[in-house]
Amino acid sequence: MTPVLEVDRLVKHFPILRGILRRPVAWVRAVDGVSFAIAPGETLCLVGESGCGKSTVARLVLRLDEPTGGAIRLDGTDVTGLDEREFAPFRRRVQMVFQDPYASLNPRLKVGQIVGEPLENYEGLRGKALEERVAGLLAKVGLRPEGVGRYPFEFSGGQRQRIGLARALALNPKLIVADEPVSALDVSVQAQVLNLMMDLQEEFGLAYLFVSHDLAVVEHIGHRIAVMYLGEIVEIGPKQVVLDEPKHPYTRALVAAAPIPDPRAKRDTLVLEGDVPSPLNPPAGCRFHTRCPFVMDRCREETPRLREVSPGRQAACHLLEA
Amino acid sequence: MTETAPILEVLDLRTHFFTQDGVTRAVDGVSFSLAPGETLGIVGESGCGKSVTALSILRLLPPKLSRIVGGRVVFEGTDLLTLHEPAMREIRGNRIAMIFQEPMTSLNPVLTIGEQIAEAVRIHQGASRKEALARAVEMLKLVRIPDAERRVGDYPHQFSGGMRQRVMIAMALSCNPKLLLADEPTTALDVTVQKQILRLMLELKERIGSAVILITHDLGVIAETAKRVVVMYAGRVVEQAEVTALFDAPLHPYTRGLMASIPRLKHNRTRRLAEIPGIVPDLRTPIPGCAFAPRCPLATDRCREAAPSLDDHGGGHFAACWEAGRA
Repeated sequence: MTPVLEVDRLVKHFPILRGILRRPVAWVRAVDGVSFAIAPGETLCLVGESGCGKSTVARLVLRLDEPTGGAIRLDGTDVTGLDEREFAPFRRRVQMVFQDPYASLNPRLKVGQIVGEPLENYEGLRGKALEERVAGLLAKVGLRPEGVGRYPFEFSGGQRQRIGLARALALNPKLIVADEPVSALDVSVQAQVLNLMMDLQEEFGLAYLFVSHDLAVVEHIGHRIAVMYLGEIVEIGPKQVVLDEPKHPYTRALVAAAPIPDPRAKRDTLVLEGDVPSPLNPPAGCRFHTRCPFVMDRCREETPRLREVSPGRQAACHLLEA
Repeated sequence: MTETAPILEVLDLRTHFFTQDGVTRAVDGVSFSLAPGETLGIVGESGCGKSVTALSILRLLPPKLSRIVGGRVVFEGTDLLTLHEPAMREIRGNRIAMIFQEPMTSLNPVLTIGEQIAEAVRIHQGASRKEALARAVEMLKLVRIPDAERRVGDYPHQFSGGMRQRVMIAMALSCNPKLLLADEPTTALDVTVQKQILRLMLELKERIGSAVILITHDLGVIAETAKRVVVMYAGRVVEQAEVTALFDAPLHPYTRGLMASIPRLKHNRTRRLAEIPGIVPDLRTPIPGCAFAPRCPLATDRCREAAPSLDDHGGGHFAACWEAGRA
């Protein structure tokens, strides 16, 4: 089956401009050669800490930023070179849900307008037909029909995220890119939104590119997980194997650092020292070598490549070479 | 609980905010106590009053907008709510210190790290400028900031988020406080850094012998750090217990709901998470009964009419619920 999304050696470098001529003096290597594919109906989670490039990948897929290199294929078609008009038919296949439900809805539009706008623009719906579709969408995400005439500020954070989902669903997309969609929500509400997203996936056969820093959330909603560190994928594979038996030392450290809501739980004592280095001058060799407890001389010089380390799972680490 | 006299006793604390839309009962009759050297976790969702409780203890709330309308905050035998502002200033940053969530906004951007740590030492301990700066270097070493002698002259923006939170800890502990209030100290940090900071905080707290109140929304952080836990909902304490007792057998339906709704790593592979239906109540309207009743699966008419008191259900496990233990 053709993947709904295929990202091939994707690169995004942001210039740091200085002086009156605004010349680039350095480059932030936010995304540096990332490849993955998402099958229809599948959820791929991108995880990692701040600055690892996971949100930039999401923005590139949505074409909110232009990649510096590499290809993005939607249903097999390379869309990287397309201009806005050529891209328009693809736009409706890929929709988005953002982290901050307060900032991502226009405060001056009523919910009916917010959810109806894509239908007006892409399907030319008006009047009664539009109203019916909007009411149907609100019902799908668990909002009451009266919500149509209200403004975003009249809703709680969880309800706003439902509005965002209704808007994303309006054009029957095949893929929804969700960037930390539940991080701003309290846990009891977070559960409501995660359940809803899983229900919608089942009903509409949606694929998700789900960006999150929370491994427990990712384990719950994901099918496969890609762990990013400083612009690169260090491990990717089915969620169970990646989280239960992490192969890359960074994945292991991430799993070990996630607080366990059980005072009796046995804890992995692996603690990383220091902070994530700046993506401005990522370390040579393996980018994780400055914090890796198992670092060898080779790691400082030679960049490890992603290779298959168990069925369907790849990791990039010299330690894993037999 | 220990036999020694508590270092802090909060009794029926009530803090109200006065806004154009009416009176918000942010803290609505909160009581708990803390033994010397103990780590108490306060957990709850946004708006439950956990931060306002901490700010009320230190009397740091904006005076025009808010007022502590009732209760007592007894610290080392003195009710802090009766003290004059100069006496309160003697205590803040000295006997009781606080760490906030966002280290960037709680550090002064135009003063060096050293000057900021030294300030507290000079004011509270009468140290000279030179002594205070030496103490600052010592504190930076204690929180394991590499190259402390040089970094003491750096400004906050020159530090990473995790390093800034280390600086905040250094500052808070510089006067060997008896009580440390930490309000979501690691929420703004990445998980691998969070783990370092929590460890460091607990290790130093042992060394200095301070009691800690750790405020967080994260049950995982609570499970890994606190000895005893207070669960808050809508400005009230709904449950209080030793950490293992709380996680083994939560009594209040809200705590149960909260625990069922968190996705757990390597734990529950169920397809759906339990949800708590509805949303938190508006605290501008007085709630005569249990604040959780509208969302509670066990609620009866009694729950909606009369607020349950926080009762001991055995072994120091308190819950404020008429139906506690049922179902």
